[in-house]
Amino acid sequence: MARKIRVLVAKAGLDGHDRGAKVVASAMRDAGFEVIYTGLHQTPEMIAQAAVQEDVDVVALSILSGAHMTLFPRVLDLMRERGLNDVLLTGGGIISKEDMGALQKLGVGTLFGPGATTGAIIDYVRGWVAEHRAGEVGTAK
Amino acid sequence: MSAGAEAPAAVASLAEGILRGDPRMLARAMTLVENAAPEAEAILESLYGKKPAAPRVGFTGPPGAGKSTLVAEYARLLRAEGVQVGVIAVDPTSPFTGGAILGDRVRMNEHATDDKVFIRSMATRGSLGGLAARTGELCELLDAWGSEVTLVETVGVGQSELDVAEATDTTVVILTPESGDAIQALKAGLMEIAEVIVLNKADHVGADAMEAALRASLAFRPEGSRPPIVRTVATARQGLDELHQALREHREALAKPEIVGPRRREKVRARIRSAVREGLLDAWLRRQGFEDVLDGVTDDVIAGRTSPYRAARALIERMTRDGKRTNGNGN
Amino acid sequence: MANERTETATKTPKAGRARTEAPVAPPAPAERRGETLSGIPLKPVYTAADRPADLEARLGEPGQFPYTRALFPEGYRTKLWTMRQFAGFGSAEDTNQRFHYLLGEGMTGLSTAFDMPTLMGYDADHPMSLGEVGREGVAISTLEDMEILFRGIPLDKVTTSMTINAPAIVLLAMYVAIGEKQGLKPSQLGGTIQADMLKEFIAQKEWICPPRPHVKICVDMIEWCAKHMPKWNSISISGYHIREAGATAAQELAFTLADGIGYVEECVKRGMDVDAFAPRLSFFWDVHNDFFEEIAKFRAARRLWATVMRDRFGAKNPRSWMLRTHAQTAGVSLTAQQPLNNVARVALQAMAAVLGGTQSLHTNSMDETLALPSEEAATVALRTQQILAHESGVANVVDPLAGSYFVESLTDTMESEALAIIRRIDEMGGIITAVERGYPQKEIADSAYRFQQQVEQGERFIVGVNRFAAEESEVTIPVLKIDMEIERRQIERVKAVRAKRDAAKHAAAVKALRDACMSDQNLVPFVLDAVKANATLGEISDVFREAYGVYREPAVF
Repeated sequence: MARKIRVLVAKAGLDGHDRGAKVVASAMRDAGFEVIYTGLHQTPEMIAQAAVQEDVDVVALSILSGAHMTLFPRVLDLMRERGLNDVLLTGGGIISKEDMGALQKLGVGTLFGPGATTGAIIDYVRGWVAEHRAGEVGTAK
Repeated sequence: MSAGAEAPAAVASLAEGILRGDPRMLARAMTLVENAAPEAEAILESLYGKKPAAPRVGFTGPPGAGKSTLVAEYARLLRAEGVQVGVIAVDPTSPFTGGAILGDRVRMNEHATDDKVFIRSMATRGSLGGLAARTGELCELLDAWGSEVTLVETVGVGQSELDVAEATDTTVVILTPESGDAIQALKAGLMEIAEVIVLNKADHVGADAMEAALRASLAFRPEGSRPPIVRTVATARQGLDELHQALREHREALAKPEIVGPRRREKVRARIRSAVREGLLDAWLRRQGFEDVLDGVTDDVIAGRTSPYRAARALIERMTRDGKRTNGNGN
Repeated sequence: MANERTETATKTPKAGRARTEAPVAPPAPAERRGETLSGIPLKPVYTAADRPADLEARLGEPGQFPYTRALFPEGYRTKLWTMRQFAGFGSAEDTNQRFHYLLGEGMTGLSTAFDMPTLMGYDADHPMSLGEVGREGVAISTLEDMEILFRGIPLDKVTTSMTINAPAIVLLAMYVAIGEKQGLKPSQLGGTIQADMLKEFIAQKEWICPPRPHVKICVDMIEWCAKHMPKWNSISISGYHIREAGATAAQELAFTLADGIGYVEECVKRGMDVDAFAPRLSFFWDVHNDFFEEIAKFRAARRLWATVMRDRFGAKNPRSWMLRTHAQTAGVSLTAQQPLNNVARVALQAMAAVLGGTQSLHTNSMDETLALPSEEAATVALRTQQILAHESGVANVVDPLAGSYFVESLTDTMESEALAIIRRIDEMGGIITAVERGYPQKEIADSAYRFQQQVEQGERFIVGVNRFAAEESEVTIPVLKIDMEIERRQIERVKAVRAKRDAAKHAAAVKALRDACMSDQNLVPFVLDAVKANATLGEISDVFREAYGVYREPAVF
């Protein structure tokens, strides 16, 4: 049985601009992913707990409030605390190249800025899963 | 599904983790079971009966009836009593893309950091009865983790939602005063499986008329077998205590010796039957080299040498003739 | 995790998957030039046959019902639009400084952007505020912050617009309170408070409570302002956010007017005379890229609203019929790639707003997809408006496109599409019910997804992004950075206010507000007392949360 890619799509922080998150969620559904959509105003703790319970491959955050330098590292720490070392943390928003670089150094994946296509995001997720979850179709670790 | 002899150590450590209440182990095991991984059966096997089975309450009803909100609010009430809660929320898989958006957590945010509430979203993945195929198995895993009450929310797309009655102990059918709900419920056969009826959004116009219509449709049933009707306004947390009471009463009724034995027997039978059916079909088809045969016949149909119906009939005949019967009495 | 590695991985899909991938790329679809940006079909040529027969009646003279042409007989000849640039970031001190700068540069009205915690009703020291203080706008938790924000600005000499919704009643009260400190009566204060909660539930998603109590508070403000603040727009019914969330032009028009109808209905239900409050209702449109479609939208909006107010609500005062509007160029149309191109986009959008007859305008800065506007970018945006007003000549004749076969036809189409949606909402039982069911939310999400697919399939060109994209030689323009230190200082200031205020007076005012929430009373006087007793924005919002509950959005896709 083909293993479904499971992605948590969350709006972190307080901003309510969910157009991007919803478009990405819809595109991922149409790419055959199972998307767990948590909705708005998620705290890092809520995101990490949902990532554990839903056993997702990927956590994708949308942050447009400028709080990305606070929220991404916090979510990453909480994920690691809960043993989610093999789960990709990615996302998008209004994030400068410089900030993207700094976050990637911490272990966050590729981040997508304004104008990114859903196609590019989906390819990236597929590629990451193919690389990191290859021998894992239904095998426990 | 073969026994998980390949990875006994991994299975043992997962099982042990789940029994310890480790949410990560539980989540992983759920994925394996949902994907019908080779280890799945061994995990379920090693956990079976290790902890008491939590009562399972199914919530079904038409879209927009307020299922998620009611589940979230009922979970809150249970949490206030110190009860550990498992939630399984099912959403439909797109038949076109195979993908799904599982959005029930949106309305359960207040439990999002409570580690005594475990919420798992499932996609139907082609199953038609309003639940995902492995819902029952995931409930068993929740039992092993320590769930004391498990709440199961169906898709609620208005189609047949009958699986929920088989997978749970108590079926709650949620309706609202909105026009058309009653008709839809009748059409979907929901009234027959309802053990508790919730009239949600009872503050809306038409609630009294809706309740009267529901009572009328239940009137033909003998006294004592009519499901109670509970009025709620889930968003305002009204009627939750009454729902709790109704569920408790139903549970007590189930516990009566003349009911508990036969009912449990029927559930176990159903459980074995579905496991056998599925395993048998898989094994059977594999042994027949079904996929290869299918390829050949597909070519025939495409080339216009036969029709799909004729091809299917021929295949069934051939396979039942060739198959080695171990029991002459058939099924 | 590097880009290169993942690209390699995607090019070699697993064997089992291969059949689901398209074997050959389909031929590139053509650019959609036979329709507007919102998908309204277009003919290549429009002729006299496309003009409605009763055109004269549908237009009216400028300054007359149904105001299709303009609200005033001579348009901008008598008064130019207000150039109102949205500003707000960091601490109250920072924004105060920017206000003084912009007023010095010839801006004619203030417009305040608040940060996310303020917009959501949290004080700077609330856990949910972590990392967000002063980022997207100015942080206001206390009356003291508000005093600093407007320090040195005589409030009877400027008009102030405040982009605040869920806790709008708190900011209105604070503004009235600092006015009093300057010796001004509420009746001397002019400006606008956005306070449009329906569009929050539809599009911007910033709320404290469920829709019905929020709408009740909106109506409290409309009622109070009608009595005490004759120069104040008590609500700005906003299409901007609806459009930015992905709506088409017709959807923006329809959902916004439906919101307006919803508020008027609630006010009338409370027994208010429609002519007592309707003249102070104002609107706020987005101005997107499609030039003529936007002009048609502004014109159709005026005609629709005038008709609704006169015929549906029986308003007698012509001022009740007039749809006065602010406009802002479309933030969503700006690109992070080749950001200088945004100057051209903004100029064209601003011209559409002027030809459409807006009363007030904000032009976006070219760097807004990257960060908050830098001073330089904000100045270019303002200069764009000044060039339109004083060099281009487009403001010298009222509604110059009237009578155009195409523009009149498009105005009619826009009107009829919007009317169809409004009718649908009426059938559902009104906009509040429609919002509770997620109807506008779903329609908008669908439009947004459809548009994104068109872009990705190459049917829509976005210059510098999917067409005419430059190699990685990005122009770097200086962007504004917010100091992390602001959050810490703001937290200290809130704590200091709480420590030094008169505790007994504070407790009494908060209790009085709590009791008032349980009744049908108008809450404005109670909130005014509370802010004067130094209750914080977060504390007042908490009273609402306790009294009315918190909102759970429907998950619509």
